[in-house]
Amino acid sequence: MKTPPSEKYRSNGGLFADLLEWLDARLPLTAFWRNHFSEYRVPKNLNFWYFFGSLGLIVLSMQILTGIFLAMHYQPSAAPNADGLPAAFASVEYLMRDVNWGWLIRTTHSTGASAFFLVVYLHIFRCLLYGSYRKPRELLWIVGVLIFYLLMAEAFTGYVLPWGQMSFWAAQVITDLASAVPFFGNSLADWVRGDFSVGGATLGRFFALHVIALPLALILLIVLHLLALREVGSSHPDALSIHDPVETGEIGSIPFHPYYTVRELHAASVFFLVFFAVVFFAPEGGGTLLESENFLPADPLKTPEYIEPVWYFTPFYSMLRAMTRPLFGIDPKLLGVVSMNGAVAILFFLPWLDRSPVKSIRHRGAVFKLMLFLFVLAFLTLGFLGTKPPEHIVWGTIPGTSAAQTATFFYFFFFLSMPWWSKIVPQAPKTRNLRFK
Amino acid sequence: MKTNRKTHRETDSRRRSLLVAVAITGGSGMAAAAFPFLSSLAPSARAKLSAAPVEVDIGDLLPGQMKIVEWRARPVWILNRTAEMLASLTEVSGRVFDPESKQKQQPENCENATRSIRPNLLVVLGVCTHFGCSPVPRFERGDGEKMPADWPGGFACQCHGATFDFSGRAFKNTLAARNLEVPPHRYLSENRLLVGENAKNIQGAKE
Repeated sequence: MKTPPSEKYRSNGGLFADLLEWLDARLPLTAFWRNHFSEYRVPKNLNFWYFFGSLGLIVLSMQILTGIFLAMHYQPSAAPNADGLPAAFASVEYLMRDVNWGWLIRTTHSTGASAFFLVVYLHIFRCLLYGSYRKPRELLWIVGVLIFYLLMAEAFTGYVLPWGQMSFWAAQVITDLASAVPFFGNSLADWVRGDFSVGGATLGRFFALHVIALPLALILLIVLHLLALREVGSSHPDALSIHDPVETGEIGSIPFHPYYTVRELHAASVFFLVFFAVVFFAPEGGGTLLESENFLPADPLKTPEYIEPVWYFTPFYSMLRAMTRPLFGIDPKLLGVVSMNGAVAILFFLPWLDRSPVKSIRHRGAVFKLMLFLFVLAFLTLGFLGTKPPEHIVWGTIPGTSAAQTATFFYFFFFLSMPWWSKIVPQAPKTRNLRFK
Repeated sequence: MKTNRKTHRETDSRRRSLLVAVAITGGSGMAAAAFPFLSSLAPSARAKLSAAPVEVDIGDLLPGQMKIVEWRARPVWILNRTAEMLASLTEVSGRVFDPESKQKQQPENCENATRSIRPNLLVVLGVCTHFGCSPVPRFERGDGEKMPADWPGGFACQCHGATFDFSGRAFKNTLAARNLEVPPHRYLSENRLLVGENAKNIQGAKE
């Protein structure tokens, strides 16, 4: 945004003020500060659910900082060292045992990955609660879903790097997803792995993606996400828009700085309190954050007895596993891959699937609340089942596979039937002025 | 004026064709430049070389015993099947996905009832055709090894629950829709097996 020269910073004669004036004449410093902080207007009624965007940024910064230091010691090689251990595995052991504070940097990074997903899932849930994805924020939402995709790729490539048993077999299963593609699937899988099975070539490319390509792309998309947010403004729990001329004034807005910067800092300190309690006292999270099998070096000839992804992938993993028989002539393997990808891809269409005349859960009524509750229940059920072996029986009565199939069905039903049930809202007089425009 | 405008139009169309030509040249140049990068991701010459055949001694393999050898960094199972194991193959043929091995998951000379060159010796890639985990032996009949009561014996994949019979055929209604792959292999002598290479004139499943 162009700022007239008169709005440039004027020095009052001090040394630093002179320096700032010199800089501001050559860079849009104060304009940037005004546009993005001191004069960026934010609704004044944002609640708890609105913390998770900025928390995501904080976790990202933490991951980048710890990641840089990890990369200084880590060796992306599957070749055996003098002790017969894969070099990558040995370098992570070395980091944990011999590098000063290496254990802290590493567990902060590994716990940070879980925290990132927790924060992002809550951030997405906020959008569902308050209709944040709806016009004019469709593009903001789409960029957000792209960020979610990249984040999953980033987490997965990072998970493979320690080259333990779970790393190896996760890489095996996930690169094998490519082989589900009809006709040239097997050559595609070899191309993805860079070898006829997962090995050093795979590890090398995952390292390059994890530390260079994906973080760069992530940062680019996050900048786009923030730019789009500055354009359309933040949503809020009453689901009006501060930029909508008809509705301006119904909800007051306040500058982002100092009001929200202080609030976000407070949220960040609470977050860090919980986060570092986990890092210091339960970095393995009882096998949820770091799995015990992954403390064994990768063995290409022996699959671990219980293979399960980290908790944040288990809902999608359950869907992959739930497809046990052909449907519409598609074989179960391809069907699993399609459902797993479709579960995320369907989010892109959410702004157009939702036909409700109001945005926020506060005005949407019982049907929405029930559907959202069941959706969350289905998602959590899938997540829980993904941590269990396929033959698990829920409460001793319901076979795990049937439960996962039902939950997968509901997951898709929630979105695909949304154009119909989302129209049902109470006709109370108070919703009249809040109608979605 | 009229001629002038016409000249303009001619200049414009000439400029447009030049633009199109430049765009096409530049675009194909970029596509050509992408090729080395994409191709560098495929298995390298060394990876292809190290996929050489492996020789195995099978002289000490008693009936019911299984040997695992590494070929292309993947497990190959060599199972000396007992008479009961072979008998179970006909018994379960109604319960497997592809009983007659119609899918090209084996070399030509293994397209038979036992999916093997020698009836008793099963040579199969121990890689689940669902998502590449390595299944485990569940040779005992019935529910002794945490399997269903009607389990006829075979292999089970613990990742996603796929099951296979004693010839590596996938059972119906589990996740794998293909039989386990029989790798190219041939017998060098009575007790020597070469995994990774078919006998002459035999077409393999995949190379």
